[in-house]
Amino acid sequence: MSVHLSLGIKKLQKLIINVGTLVEENINDCIKSLQKRDIQLANSIIEKDDLIDEKEIEVEEECLKILALHQPVAIDLRYIISVLKINNDLERIGDFAVNISKRVKTIIELDAKEIPQEILQMSNYLSTMLKLSLDALIDKDETKAREILALDHDVDKIHSKLYEMAEMAMNSDNNSIKYNIQLLTISRYIERAADHCTNIAEDVIYMISGEIVRHYDHQN
Amino acid sequence: MDKIITIKNLNLFYGNTQAIKECNLEIENNKVTAIIGPSGCGKSTLLRSINRMNDFIDIFKIDGSIEFEGNDIYSSKVDPVNIRRQIGMVFQKPNPFPKSISENIVWGPKINGFTGNENKLIETSLQSAGLWDEVKDRLNDSALALSGGQQQRLCIARAIAMKPNVILMDEPCSALDPKSTSRIEDLILELRDNYTIIIVTHNMQQASRISDKTAFLYEGELIEYGETKAMFTNPEEQRTEDYITGRFG
Repeated sequence: MSVHLSLGIKKLQKLIINVGTLVEENINDCIKSLQKRDIQLANSIIEKDDLIDEKEIEVEEECLKILALHQPVAIDLRYIISVLKINNDLERIGDFAVNISKRVKTIIELDAKEIPQEILQMSNYLSTMLKLSLDALIDKDETKAREILALDHDVDKIHSKLYEMAEMAMNSDNNSIKYNIQLLTISRYIERAADHCTNIAEDVIYMISGEIVRHYDHQN
Repeated sequence: MDKIITIKNLNLFYGNTQAIKECNLEIENNKVTAIIGPSGCGKSTLLRSINRMNDFIDIFKIDGSIEFEGNDIYSSKVDPVNIRRQIGMVFQKPNPFPKSISENIVWGPKINGFTGNENKLIETSLQSAGLWDEVKDRLNDSALALSGGQQQRLCIARAIAMKPNVILMDEPCSALDPKSTSRIEDLILELRDNYTIIIVTHNMQQASRISDKTAFLYEGELIEYGETKAMFTNPEEQRTEDYITGRFG
């Protein structure tokens, strides 16, 4: 590999890790803000998202620069393409952190009762999946990436359970509708963010092995 | 898929030096096959053995076989001149004859007994090589007055005039500027419909752009041979990956 390409890839690694770290912090903070009902923390997430957006553009520009100047092939090409896609997934996860924070603020304003254990459980899954996906990317570790694919199924199951719980609660108590809609929306955002972690894992697998595992049922 | 050339257990030697080791390769009809590899890996030796150009080297020795349309081209019954008529060659540096443009086209066919319509042959050959429009008004001018890119296309037209099945190209763009290179690359894609093309190139971007299949040679060994797309996105062999990503070679 030429020194120029090698330097470009090293720079890109730093940039994507930076985006990943910022998104991970925001996701963890939004879980904390939900647990502790911390409006200030929820607001800080919304502010930090602008920085994530800026960094996302920086990563994309670096990818385009490397593609245009070095025409990488094989593992180098797969790395650049994967980073380009992972960058997009991370940015979307960052957006979900913002969306969740907005719902958290509404829940705090509603002075709602206890947050269901299932939401916290899902949040923990998301946090684990995001951490694993970033570790898999940094360490180029296919085993870690495949762990994430399995976890996504658990998140989907909890989301379905929460849907049923909210439906029952709204049927039995009309006053709980607004609160349950907020909860369901949060659950949906977490589930979507977990899907993006799965996308990252799939891209890491492609980057390492060249195997395209998208659109497969990972449970079978 | 139709195979036009089959190379079996091929070993090529220059004296005691082995240039190609146990090579097995099947070239598909109407495809562009690129041969890549570091300098001295045997690419040109392999290419030149396909139309017996190495016969001119005294110390050259061959073991194994190269079949063209099912017949061993090194069989004692085969006339190498006839082989070179069916398997044409374009070299690294354009080498037109110091004659007029039209004479460059008709020279080969005439000494091989062509008695047909020469003007038609000149026009169709130059058209196939994408040169007709540029030279149709000065066919009697010296070929040496053409630009490097035009001279190389004239050499391709000259090869086409012999109505070959296969055209071998040994780094045909290495002496050309980017625009002329692009013109030759476009031409190769057009020629693929009617000819089988085997191209040796040092330029891996060129190999990835224009070829359907790629063979990677290293120290005389065929390391990997397969679809170009797969080779440049996810090669099977670590040595291929290391070479095409510039980690060695």
